[in-house]
Amino acid sequence: MVGRARVRLEAALLLAPLLLFIALTFAAPIAAMLWRGVSDAEVRQAFPRTLTALADWDGRNLPGDEAFAALAEDLLAARAAGTLNAAAGRLNSDTPGLRTVVFATARRLARGVEGSPRAAILTADPAWGEVETWGAFRRAGATPTDTHLLAALDLRRSADGTIIAVPEEQRLFRAVALRTVWIGLLVTLLCLLLGYPLAAALVFAPRRLFGLLLFAVLLPFWTSLIVRTAAWMVLLAREGVINQAFLAVGLVVEPVQMLFTRTAVLIAMVHILLPFMVLPLYAVMRQIPRAQLRAAASLGAGPVAQVVRVWLPQTLPGVGAGALMVFIQAIGFYVTPALIGGGADQMLPYFIGFYATQTVNWGLAAALSILLLVGTLLILALFGRFLGLAQFRAA
Amino acid sequence: MRRTLALAVAAAIATAVAEPATARDLTIVSWGGAYQDAQRQVYFQPFTQATGIRIVEDTWDGGIGVLRTRAQAGNQTWDLVQVESEELLLGCDEGLFEKIDWARIGGKDHYIPQAVHECGVGAILYNVVLAWDRNRLQATPTWADFFDVQRIPGKRGLRRGVKLTLEIALLADGVPRDQVYALLRTEAGVERAFRKLDTIKPHIVWWQAGAQPPQMLGAGEVVMTSAYNGRITNANRTEGRNFGIQWRDSLFTIDSWVIMKGSPNRDAAYRFLDFAKDPRRQASLLPLIPYGGTARGANEGLSADLLAVSPSNPDNLNVSLMIDDAFWMDHLDRLSQRFNAWLAR
Repeated sequence: MVGRARVRLEAALLLAPLLLFIALTFAAPIAAMLWRGVSDAEVRQAFPRTLTALADWDGRNLPGDEAFAALAEDLLAARAAGTLNAAAGRLNSDTPGLRTVVFATARRLARGVEGSPRAAILTADPAWGEVETWGAFRRAGATPTDTHLLAALDLRRSADGTIIAVPEEQRLFRAVALRTVWIGLLVTLLCLLLGYPLAAALVFAPRRLFGLLLFAVLLPFWTSLIVRTAAWMVLLAREGVINQAFLAVGLVVEPVQMLFTRTAVLIAMVHILLPFMVLPLYAVMRQIPRAQLRAAASLGAGPVAQVVRVWLPQTLPGVGAGALMVFIQAIGFYVTPALIGGGADQMLPYFIGFYATQTVNWGLAAALSILLLVGTLLILALFGRFLGLAQFRAA
Repeated sequence: MRRTLALAVAAAIATAVAEPATARDLTIVSWGGAYQDAQRQVYFQPFTQATGIRIVEDTWDGGIGVLRTRAQAGNQTWDLVQVESEELLLGCDEGLFEKIDWARIGGKDHYIPQAVHECGVGAILYNVVLAWDRNRLQATPTWADFFDVQRIPGKRGLRRGVKLTLEIALLADGVPRDQVYALLRTEAGVERAFRKLDTIKPHIVWWQAGAQPPQMLGAGEVVMTSAYNGRITNANRTEGRNFGIQWRDSLFTIDSWVIMKGSPNRDAAYRFLDFAKDPRRQASLLPLIPYGGTARGANEGLSADLLAVSPSNPDNLNVSLMIDDAFWMDHLDRLSQRFNAWLAR
């Protein structure tokens, strides 16, 4: 007994560095990022008094004098502490123009408040006389908050708290989510159509050809994703290799636009993801005894029946595993669509990157990440439910 | 700037190592790369020779966060920093920079008016222009032609993003330069810009990095494109290209020198700014890198070749529109969302 406990302890200790590494460099940052999707720290930090004063505001009429007084105090304190910018940026992403309103008001107040804070603030900027301005504070001040998650679904809350759809011309993410899934499905299907015969060829190929085929499958696997994407840019360009060849043999009269199209994205993604389909398929196919096919033949099954009734059903776990791997990776693709796709070919990861780096709206970026993560987990759950994750292990 | 110039950190470090820094040395921070090499040749080394004031160089990549952290750290090790217009506005709002005492550097009238700001002295001007390959297109296109695929067929390149795209659409639609931002502040103006963009949407190729437009022009991927003027001139100079630049209705911005708040080397910083204000000195940057000087007269006596590529040449400047960063700070979030939604349809 003692011996076993000790072995276990030793195993745990051997694993500890790796687990610690994963926890610190992988799990913790992801958790912190996802937390941003449901938290709103900036405004809470800079405007604590204002938010307290707004706690039981009805959201229909202008808040009372104590809210104006709290706002004046917060504005001056935040300006001095250097926390105003982050909060103003967050408010601006909710209501355009609020950043300027906040800064201009803070500047005016810093020069001295004459009379009541209410009068001073309303003179500094008439925007404070509007209910929605205060609504922005309340929306941006709650933790946990659903603001970003709603935004990721093209929804928002009005000042009185009801959930409404964003205006037509601002709607984006539902369409993008659907497109992401659609491109993922197309890539998976194409990989399956191309990969299945290839995997079968690997199994039945003579020794020497096998080596060559396997090498051809693995070579792109070992090449950097960016390099392969860039290679497709060269091939598909207007004056690129493919167009030149087409023109030379007279297939087309003038160069075809291939780069920056959906087709280009699909071609490159299928090329990059094909090994993830072929390898699990091959692993499963290799385990099917050849004798079974011969047995089927001896029992009178024709070639078609041999494949459909004996071979195909046994390869399904490989199909499932390959499709899952390809699909999950496909819906997370960023670089390839960004470089060779057009405006209407960008998927969710592009927008996560866009909001994280371009408009520095980390809350929305995190909410979109949550959307993608939950979608992926759902697919994994469905797969586990209907096919069983044990199948995956077999592959 | 930061996109074009990122790599001469090594050079800056080498300089820093060669001249061991004390806390007293004037520290100047710029964008690195070929640009800072040119600055060293035109400004930094001659300044040290003329005044005996030693300069320690550093490079940065931009970002208001960096400046904020340094201001809050208390121990200020940067004195003069070259910033983009947005950082100038933000940092000035937040009190990160010294207010400029214009009397010490020649007075406001020494500079073109756009280069004068409460907290910053304009250092260089550069533009986003309409560019095309003269070897493929003989005409001299305007933004109106850019949106006319009947007259000039072929793909057009624009930067993927809402900023500048809306301005270009309105300019192409015949809106005078001085009314573009006033119009964009209205819902009708935004609507009009998007309607104009609708007319050529399938013909637009969206670029992202500043290096792409000259490549796309060279490869015939697009017949014309928006581009940074420096990239186009450099391609003409170093790759023997024959690209044209349309200055009319181009959009310009200014990078400025700021003095970090609490800098112990304020006097040296002012002496440097005073040294750098000389129009002739500013003009000598142009042959090295095509960014325009900000002193009045910085373009006088230049050769026709240099005038043609100088953003601050009055002939070019007077037909350009200054990018309104205050507008974009307020509206970037909402208009980006709308642009992305438009693009995705």
